[in-house]
Amino acid sequence: MGLASKLEEAGVPTVPVHSQVFARLAKATALAEGRPTLRNVFVPQPVVGVPAEGLRGYIEGNDPVAQRPFMQGVIEALTEPLSDDDFKGATFERATPRLLEPDTEENLHELFIRNRWTDFLPIVLPTEERVERMLKGTRQPRDRIVGRLRPTAFREFWEFNVEKVAVNAVMAGARPEYFPIILAMASSGITARSSSTTSFATIAIVNGPIREEIGMNDGTGALGPYNQANTTIGRAFGLLSQNLQGGSVPGETYMGSLGNPLAYTFCFAEAEERSPWAPFHVDEGFKATDSTVSIFFGGWYTQSGYGPRETWQAKFVRCLTALEQYLPPLIVMDPLVAHGFAELGFTKRSLIEWCVEHAKLPARDYWDDFAMQTLIHPHAVAGIEPYASRLKAAPDEPVSLFTPDDINIVVTGGSTQAAFKMFGGRYLGRGPGTPNHGKPTFLIDEWR
Amino acid sequence: MAGNIAVHDPRGFPPKVVGKRLAPRLDRLDGKIIFLVDCLFDNTDVFIEEMRQWFAVHLPSVTTRVIRPRESWVDDPEMRATVAAEGQGAILGVGL
Repeated sequence: MGLASKLEEAGVPTVPVHSQVFARLAKATALAEGRPTLRNVFVPQPVVGVPAEGLRGYIEGNDPVAQRPFMQGVIEALTEPLSDDDFKGATFERATPRLLEPDTEENLHELFIRNRWTDFLPIVLPTEERVERMLKGTRQPRDRIVGRLRPTAFREFWEFNVEKVAVNAVMAGARPEYFPIILAMASSGITARSSSTTSFATIAIVNGPIREEIGMNDGTGALGPYNQANTTIGRAFGLLSQNLQGGSVPGETYMGSLGNPLAYTFCFAEAEERSPWAPFHVDEGFKATDSTVSIFFGGWYTQSGYGPRETWQAKFVRCLTALEQYLPPLIVMDPLVAHGFAELGFTKRSLIEWCVEHAKLPARDYWDDFAMQTLIHPHAVAGIEPYASRLKAAPDEPVSLFTPDDINIVVTGGSTQAAFKMFGGRYLGRGPGTPNHGKPTFLIDEWR
Repeated sequence: MAGNIAVHDPRGFPPKVVGKRLAPRLDRLDGKIIFLVDCLFDNTDVFIEEMRQWFAVHLPSVTTRVIRPRESWVDDPEMRATVAAEGQGAILGVGL
């Protein structure tokens, strides 16, 4: 429940102010909370970057949604007595059927597109027969509740069982042997369809024996699109997220301004056998014989390079300082790059520490950022380190962008080129402002 | 009907929505304490300050108090308790 709803619950008449682009979202959220007439008011978009006199103009001007003076709306929202309309239609059921009304294949495809149940690439229709085949990929009962998801922290959770996950796995084109991985991802509580205005994607990395068992690609073209398992597991995570959480519809349950092409699918396996270092899941405390999937949240940017060449240090500094400082890098290296660094004497940890030591920006630049102001600044004000020290720094003083726990390195690729990429990828649970404080590596074996 | 097939609904199970009452509204704002809640989004502190100044100029009989949660996107029960105990109304800005 949102803050406004909680204050109303506590007997405080409340007026939430939004910018106009959130009008449909605000209405949908109020409806789902059982307060369809929550008295929202609106100002023009944007608020970010508008100076004080501009915001004063918003306050003295019209509500662009209600088309009346903004402050008149605020005052009336606090003082206008409640009416019967405030209680009408507030209670309702939203049951979803197990099966849809039978129809032709063509019509059903149109229905799925019209209802925004797809990612607008062709899907495999989830017939009873296909779903039954998918369910053979696990020993778990079809009615076992797998988890619950929501597009953002202020929306309600939707719940789902094994069968519902299977339906979405079929739609994505996955094979039954991939199903335990998809179930583990579905159980994570992490959505691949966050409604954030900043357009997140998720990156899923598979470790352990299951990579070989199902033929995942950790060689040439590992990041895609050259392997059915890699591709369809990542796609299934996106489809199940949007359908099992109650949608991912622009303006209602999705507000990402730019969207994100990595949200179609981003899943790969680590080349554990060709890495000079321990596999990622072993670093995280799992056994090498465990099969796991780790979910990174981000996908905002990509930096690329080769090496380590003679000038790799300057290249790394340029890449690291070009990153969005809120979202630490997941560094994905071809085995050639990893062995190159190992030959230079680096362990994974020492290379991460080198990156932390050299990734610095002037404090002015560090704080002049939407996410830093919104999500991190309150922690700095509250005295939480290292943010408090970074806030105390003089504007020109260099401050570190990341801590060693922020940065991760994973090895994959076919060694056709000594290439690396840095993707925006926060391993949830590390750092404030993230929606989940647990470790987002999940045992696949529990879902076999 | 020939050619028709049955397929599964891909959606999860939504919770039942139970209607909840809005709080009783105020008969007037004069003499009341209204909390201006800065939701900590980028630049909302400036917006809230402009709101405070608007009340000071146009409705000086209203007492406004600016308050902030500990962090954005995270519930702050302590702040809510303060608003409920000491205020008669709240304006949240800007964002959900």
